[in-house]
Amino acid sequence: MLDLQLQITYLNDYTFGFIKTLLFYSFFKSLVGKDVVVELKNDLSICGTLHSVDQYLNIKLTDISVTDPEKYPHMLSVKNCFIRGSVVRYVQLPADEVDTQLLQDAARKEALQQKQ
Amino acid sequence: MSTALESYINRTVAVVTSDGRMIVGTLKGFDQTINLILDESHERVFSSSQGVEQVVLGLYIVRGDNVAVIGEIDEDTDSSLDLGNIRAEPLNSIVH
Repeated sequence: MLDLQLQITYLNDYTFGFIKTLLFYSFFKSLVGKDVVVELKNDLSICGTLHSVDQYLNIKLTDISVTDPEKYPHMLSVKNCFIRGSVVRYVQLPADEVDTQLLQDAARKEALQQKQ
Repeated sequence: MSTALESYINRTVAVVTSDGRMIVGTLKGFDQTINLILDESHERVFSSSQGVEQVVLGLYIVRGDNVAVIGEIDEDTDSSLDLGNIRAEPLNSIVH
């Protein structure tokens, strides 16, 4: 079980219109090195090791494989890829990599602070 | 931590666009909004009836809004691909 220290940091400058806290950025940072499956908004699913993430939740995966390579041979010669955060629908993670309670609590505190 | 495209500069990349197209080229530049400069680019058109068609494009600027995925192409694997025999439906568009 991961000991997550989630710090909520606020951006002061212009942030291209996304939410000014980095809770999920911190969350994904703690998952670097784990295997995840990213499902995109064009229905493509890519499995790989989480290499890095940024404040826009853009994702870099290494050693990728497409979940259904027969249907999607488009990425056969690609081993590493960069996925733009805006096109991600889901990020599938193994349950034992996530402290769901902690994340839930942090997100709720987040929502409360955002309201004020 | 930044997921910069720095490491892909001057490499051959496959860009999947939001309208489901795939463009292969040399990544020459990028910025924070993922606007891209692709040199010597060509589009790989996938079809379920015939093999992959490659349409030469040249030097392109792709606006970041339209970028979905940027894949680093492994030259060895790519050269061993028999594009003429690959049959596949084109990728779907990104639907927000």
